[in-house]
Amino acid sequence: MEDLLLARPGYFALLLHGLGITAKLFAVSWVAALVVASLLTAIRATSSKIAQGVIALFVEYHRNVPGLVQIFVWYFGVPQLLPRDWQRWINRNDGEFLMAAIALTLYAAAYMSEDLRSGLRSVSSGQSQAARSLGFTYTQTMRFILLPQALRNALPALVNQTLALFKATSLAMMIGVAELMHAVRQMENETYRTFEAFIVASICYLAISYLLIYAGSVASKRVAMSKR
Amino acid sequence: MIDILRDYGLILLVGQYPQGPLGGLAMTLVLAALALIISFPLAILVGLARVSTWVPLARVAAFYVHTVRGLPLLLVVFWAYFLVPLIGGKDINATLMMLFALVVYESAYMGEIVRAGIVSLPSGQTQAARALGLTTPQIFASVVLPQALFNMIPSILSQFVVLVKNTSLAYVIGVDELTNAAYQVNGQLLTKPFEVYGLLAISYFVICYLLGRGVSLIEKRIMKKRSGSGAVVVAAVRNQPA
Repeated sequence: MEDLLLARPGYFALLLHGLGITAKLFAVSWVAALVVASLLTAIRATSSKIAQGVIALFVEYHRNVPGLVQIFVWYFGVPQLLPRDWQRWINRNDGEFLMAAIALTLYAAAYMSEDLRSGLRSVSSGQSQAARSLGFTYTQTMRFILLPQALRNALPALVNQTLALFKATSLAMMIGVAELMHAVRQMENETYRTFEAFIVASICYLAISYLLIYAGSVASKRVAMSKR
Repeated sequence: MIDILRDYGLILLVGQYPQGPLGGLAMTLVLAALALIISFPLAILVGLARVSTWVPLARVAAFYVHTVRGLPLLLVVFWAYFLVPLIGGKDINATLMMLFALVVYESAYMGEIVRAGIVSLPSGQTQAARALGLTTPQIFASVVLPQALFNMIPSILSQFVVLVKNTSLAYVIGVDELTNAAYQVNGQLLTKPFEVYGLLAISYFVICYLLGRGVSLIEKRIMKKRSGSGAVVVAAVRNQPA
């Protein structure tokens, strides 16, 4: 029993720490991505051609560039453009986590905004006309009438994106964020117990993935029931 | 950025080739193409197993698909890095390990596309074939699969774009592909990370965007061809980040 990898002193704590960072990175990016995606969708639904073009470019960039490269651009590249004090501030304040979170947020937001957009398209136009005739402003119509319904229609697709974002947090390891994969790699490097270390990692990722899928299906059922 | 392209463009494009092994963008495309070619027949098997009426087979296939979909590709790459030498001896190179990881990963995702293609065929097709006295293998080989696969062409091709993006993880185990080439160039320049990684992002963008455009052109042509026959065209599964 004492020969189990996780039973060795410090390793269980290391794993928990990694899991904690993964959870934090995932939660922060997910919430931020949903907000950014909603904003992008709302702006894209206006008639401004320039805004539509800029957002379309944003979405295409994030769809066609690997997540790993996006993280590299943010972590290695972007700080070069910032003023010195900002760079120092980033270095002092866990820049790896911050940059990974920004990259993952924008990456997920681009995909989510596409899902929301098709969700929005499936809301019948009578809804917004009725809201406008009741005297709602554009922002109010979006916020209270259209986006909630779009969100409901897009729910299955958003669950997929959530799962994808969760898996993508593993890429943060590549710039030194001490998340789950990083912790497992460290265990593996120190003990050469590769098989065990990867089994532990796989169980953790699978368990959380299934949990997310389950949560998604519960949410979908609830939403389906609330639909008249 | 122009000067980086002038000085290192060739390395980003083909690596050390022809003085050394192939690398850079060429390796990225070769890896993705090989992975697509190898996963395609495997994906058909997975898809068939998923719709099989023999429950144990369907269960095993479902387990494989759900496991792979629940794991990050990065972890699958690490698994391959560990497992492939166990299967094939010590001197297996990293490229083969990456290929293995990509094939394992993509076969699961493409298997689901195949399954969707089969399931979405009208059941009258199978019933008619059965009424004509065809056996189950005959029904699949000459009635179901030809139609299902034709409908799936856009989704399968979209998967190539996903594959091109996914090869970037080969960098992790030291395969000399595009991301790795950029990393090396950045190591030599040291002072221009934004330009180097920006260039890398632009390269992927241009390639994947053009490929995606090509796929939607093909999709439109197939839609046009199929619109009369009432067959269901499987929606492209593009929303699958690495």
